[in-house]
Amino acid sequence: MTAAPTLPLGTWLRVFVRLFAVQGSYNYEAMIGNGIAFAAEPAFRLLPGGRGGEAYRAAMARHSRYFNAHPYLAALAIGALVRAELDGEDPVRIERFRTACCGPLGAAGDRLIWAGWLPFCSALALLAFGLGAPVAGVVGLFVGTYNVAHVALRAWGLRAGYREGLKVAAALGSPVLRKGPLHVARAVALVGGAALPLVLHRVRATQLFSTGIEIALAAVLAAALARWQGRVDGWRVGVMLLAVFVLYSVIR
Amino acid sequence: MIDTGTLAMLTMVGAVVGLDFVSFPQAMLSRPIVAATLGGAVCGDAGAGLLVGVLLECFALETMPFGASRYPEWGPASVAAAAAAVVPGADAAEMARTVPFAVLIGLACAMLGGQTLVWLRRFNLTVAERYRDELAAGDSAAVVAVQWTGLVVDFGRAGAVTAVWTLVAVQARIIVMGVTPSVGTGTLALSVASAVAVGVAGGAVWKVVHTTKGYQWWLLAGLLVGGAVAVFA
Repeated sequence: MTAAPTLPLGTWLRVFVRLFAVQGSYNYEAMIGNGIAFAAEPAFRLLPGGRGGEAYRAAMARHSRYFNAHPYLAALAIGALVRAELDGEDPVRIERFRTACCGPLGAAGDRLIWAGWLPFCSALALLAFGLGAPVAGVVGLFVGTYNVAHVALRAWGLRAGYREGLKVAAALGSPVLRKGPLHVARAVALVGGAALPLVLHRVRATQLFSTGIEIALAAVLAAALARWQGRVDGWRVGVMLLAVFVLYSVIR
Repeated sequence: MIDTGTLAMLTMVGAVVGLDFVSFPQAMLSRPIVAATLGGAVCGDAGAGLLVGVLLECFALETMPFGASRYPEWGPASVAAAAAAVVPGADAAEMARTVPFAVLIGLACAMLGGQTLVWLRRFNLTVAERYRDELAAGDSAAVVAVQWTGLVVDFGRAGAVTAVWTLVAVQARIIVMGVTPSVGTGTLALSVASAVAVGVAGGAVWKVVHTTKGYQWWLLAGLLVGGAVAVFA
C-alpha cells in the first residue's frame, strides 16, 4: 500500500469533531449511515473535482446509506473509508468493506465500552462516593476517567483507520480491543465488589440506621438477579419493590 | 411548586444531558450520577442530587445502550428526580423521606422516557425519507440537513421531557409526602431504597463479569476490601 496522503489539520479536526455527532440522525433504516457521511464529508472535499464534484457526490451517496457499528469504533471505519475514497478504491470493494466491518466493530465496541469501560467508570464513581469523596470529586472522577478513554479511542480509531485503509481489520487485533475487555471485566469485578458495601454503608451511615437487614436484602436481591439473569431486568424489579414500599408507606 | 427560573435552568440541563445520551457527544453526562448531581446543584443542593444520582446509577449499571435496543433514558429523568429530592430548608430526616421517592419517580420517568427515543428514531426516519432522492444523489446539503434536524429535535425533545418530568415529579412528591407519616418513614425508606439499589447493582456487576475467567476471586476480593473498609474505617 502507498503511504496515506497527508490530510490538512483543519480537515482532521472537522472530521474528528463531527465523529461525536455520528448518531445525530440515528434511525431504524440507515442507522448511523447518515452520520458516517456527515463525519467524513470534510475529507471528501479533497476528492478530485472538489466539493460538489462527481467523486464527492458519489462518495456522499455511498456513505449516507445503511451503516451500523459502535459509535466510538465507527471512527475506525470512517478513517478507513476516507482513505479508500482518497485512494480511488473500486466502489465495489468499498461497499463490501462497509458491509463486512459493521458486525465486528459493533461487537468489539459493545464488549469493550458498554459492557466494560462504562460499568467500570460507574463502579469507580460509586466507590469514590462510598469512600466519602466530595460531590465534585465523584462526578469529576467519573466524567474524566470515562472520557479519557472515550476521546482517545475515537482519535486512535480515526488515525488507525486512515493509516490502514481497507486493511484496517488488522487494527481490530489491537491488544486494546483483544485483551482490553478481559482486564476491564476483572477491574469491574474488583472495583464493583468494593463499591457495593461502601455505598450501602455511606447511604445508611448518614441516616443513623444501621442493621444487617439492608445487607441481607441487597445480597438476596443480587443473588436472585444473577440466578434469573436474562429473564428479569433488575431495574424493573427495583421499580416494583420501591413502588410497593411507597404504597405501603401511604396506606399504613 | 418549582419557580419558573429554576424550571428553565433544569430544562436546559436536561436538554444537554438528553442530547448527550445518544446524539452528541456521548460523554456520559446523561448518566444519573452526573445528571442528577447537576439537577441538584441547580435546585441548590448538589449533595442531595448526588445521593439520588448514586442510587439511580446502581440501577443504570444494569442497562447498557446497546445499538437499537430499547433502554431507559436516564438523563432527563435523573434531573427531574433530583429536583423532586431537593426541598429547600429540609433537614436530614426530611431528605431521607424525599430521596427514595425521588429515586422511584426517576426510575419511572426513565422507563417512559425511553419511549420518546423510539419516537425520535421514527421521526429521523421520516426526515431521511423526505430527502431520499437528494441523499441518493450525494447532495451534501441533504446529509447536513438530516443530521442537524436530528440533533436539534433531540435537544428539544430532551428539554421538553425534562420540563414535564420535573413538574410531574415535584407535584407527585408534594402529594405523596403530604400523605405519608413524617416520623419513622425516612430512615426505613432510605434503607429500602439503598438495599434495592445495591442489590440491583450487585446483579448488574455479576452480569457484566460472570463470563470472565476467575471473576469470582476478583469480585470476592473487592467485596472483602469494601466490607472491611466499611466496618473498620
